Amino acid sequence: MTARIERPLSPHLQTYRVTLTMALSIVHRATGIALYFGTLLLAWWLIAAASGPGAYANVQAFTGSIIGKLIVFGYTWALLHHLVSGIRYFFWDLGYGFKANEREALTWGALIAGISLTILVWIIAYTVGGGR
Amino acid sequence: MSGPRSMRTPLGRVRNLGSSHSGTTDFWRQRLTAVAMTLLIVPVIVIVLMLIGRNQAGAAQILGSLPIAIILVLFIIASTWHMRIGMQIVIEDYVHNEKLKLAGVIANNFFCIAVALASIYAILKLSSGV
Repeated sequence: MTARIERPLSPHLQTYRVTLTMALSIVHRATGIALYFGTLLLAWWLIAAASGPGAYANVQAFTGSIIGKLIVFGYTWALLHHLVSGIRYFFWDLGYGFKANEREALTWGALIAGISLTILVWIIAYTVGGGR
Repeated sequence: MSGPRSMRTPLGRVRNLGSSHSGTTDFWRQRLTAVAMTLLIVPVIVIVLMLIGRNQAGAAQILGSLPIAIILVLFIIASTWHMRIGMQIVIEDYVHNEKLKLAGVIANNFFCIAVALASIYAILKLSSGV
């Protein structure tokens, strides 16, 4: 057994002033957790499609309800936000965008892009889906 | 790099690839699956949009076509792998009781593998038209 080394610890969340990048880091993790459980919906939908008309009608009844629509809308945003927010991490992983103004711009960009893309997808969904 | 004149500190020379015993494998796979999903997201969204408003027969026909099935299977593999790593990081960050952490990591693996296999099985079943 080796002695436990007292390594320097990062100050706890409450010690820091809340910044945009910090808030969005938490949102990235939260959307990741939401998407984790959201895959159940996706799996249910695929299994229903493979099972038959009755099972598929159940999924459609759920996704067509107000609560179902809210969940699917939330899922769309979580997915697209996590995607664009994740692209931000690619920049940082490659060593770019660490200046104060750059990281703020990347973070605002992810926030705005996530919301815009969600609205865009839903507009397309209603445009093509409405015709069927 | 780790010769006799190495500049690495003792802390840097962690035994057995660090506490995870697998080095940066998960870090790398998390990025690898993220890149895969970034490339696949547009076709996947298009597929979902194609299915809106269709009944089971119509949906089954689209989901059973070969290119669509392949795209979805690739996306399912990448996403379930990615979420398995992500959730394990969350568990390791917040669950400090060793036994609870172990149970959480096991449950996470079971959940992700079950979701992956169930989804892939459904697509294969649609592809074979049974």
